Amino acid sequence: MTEQEIFEKVKAVIADKLSVEPEKITLEARFIEDLGADSLDTVELIMGLEDEFGLEISDEDAEKIRTVKDAVAYIQSKLG
Amino acid sequence: MTGGQALGILALGAYAPQRVMRNEEFEAYLDTSDEWIVTRTGIRERRIAAEDEYTSDLAFKAVEDLLKRHPGALEGVDGVIVATNTPDALFPDTAALVQARFGIQGFAYDLLAGCPGWLYALAQAHAMVAAGLARKVLVVGAEALSKILDWNDRATAVLFGDAGGAAVVGRVREGFGFRSFVLGADGTGAKELYHACVAPRLPDGTSMRNRLHMNGREVFKFAVRVMNTATLEAIEKAGLTPEDIKVFVPHQANLRIIDAARERLGLPWERVVVNVDRYGNTSTASIPLALKEAVDAGRIQEGDHVLLVSFGAGLTWAAAVLTWGGA
Ligand SMILES: CC(C)(COP(=O)(O)OP(=O)(O)OC[C@H]1O[C@@H](n2cnc3c(N)ncnc32)[C@H](O)[C@@H]1OP(=O)(O)O)[C@@H](O)C(=O)NCCC(=O)NCCS
Repeated sequence: MTEQEIFEKVKAVIADKLSVEPEKITLEARFIEDLGADSLDTVELIMGLEDEFGLEISDEDAEKIRTVKDAVAYIQSKLG
Repeated sequence: MTGGQALGILALGAYAPQRVMRNEEFEAYLDTSDEWIVTRTGIRERRIAAEDEYTSDLAFKAVEDLLKRHPGALEGVDGVIVATNTPDALFPDTAALVQARFGIQGFAYDLLAGCPGWLYALAQAHAMVAAGLARKVLVVGAEALSKILDWNDRATAVLFGDAGGAAVVGRVREGFGFRSFVLGADGTGAKELYHACVAPRLPDGTSMRNRLHMNGREVFKFAVRVMNTATLEAIEKAGLTPEDIKVFVPHQANLRIIDAARERLGLPWERVVVNVDRYGNTSTASIPLALKEAVDAGRIQEGDHVLLVSFGAGLTWAAAVLTWGGA
């Protein structure tokens, strides 16, 4: 999967879980500060990404995923 | 479900203590806010048992309510199961106290399986009647959780409340009653939610206190996942599809978890019963209390397919589908 393909999929998961307009979901966007997520939204978002990409994301790793870019980079590294 | 003999809920009752505790009361002594609690959980208030009111008292009141609504409902009852995580004592079992109070002739035992205990007990009652071990079984879920909370832990104290619920399980007309049960457990998650009793530790060495302890995030993830898989399995076993579910009565732990389950099933809010805002999480009493409210509000009619699901300490889960009525 290319970075762009991952980004598109991540975007869809975020739009669904955080109920935000896809246009607002830029690579730089921070989940909490820019996209209005609270702590439970971020848990649901991580679960949504796990389901979408068939991954298991540990709590420690999840803590470090704060922006859209973090998520894309993490998934890309995991998918190899 | 048992090929020939339809078994269902013949009578229902519930009770919640008088004392209402609103979120604002926590603001007075904990670093928390009504806003935080409402957005994260949907809870606005809960009921708290009186100082001298315990699980047996809540169980009695729930059964009294059942009798008021369905006089004579205990006739032919051959046993009592009380599902609870907060029994009055290690022994005698709280069910024996209920048996004595209502003069029931038959067996009495408690069932401890986290919040799904009441659904586990319904499944056992169903199996016992199907096997000819009883004509009817009284199934109670009652909880005095306020007695075991750590009132200084803002992450758990705000979540729970006290209540009791009761149902009589027995024969119903063909085409009504239970269509499926799904029961499950995953003890590898034991450390996520516990309260010590006799041993001060879990087998893995986790030390336990005599207060409720929970890892909220882990339980949240578990709950969202298992509510989805257990409900789909129960619906499929019942030979139905999610659209057939007229009323969904999920364990009332957290509105965010309920919403996640609702969304995954594709059900509109009109079909979901919610009272977590007024009672918080009452564990084994949660589903019968919500079920009774829904029946009283006219939201459940004869012939409606009703879906029940719960999750909790163990970790455990349970789901059931029944076609309402037929008594
Ligand atoms: C309990 C629950 C609402 C907590 O939500 P959460 O977003 O996961 O909260 P976290 O535990 O990650 O805590 C986030 C922050 O909020 C704080 N917090 C917890 N409870 C709080 C409260 N009542 N008021 C204010 N802040 C609170 C935490 O201390 C934490 O602060 P920190 O980051 O400074 O340490 C949520 O995890 C949940 O509902 N889990 C399922 C519980 C359940 O249903 N149990 C029933 C089993 S039968």
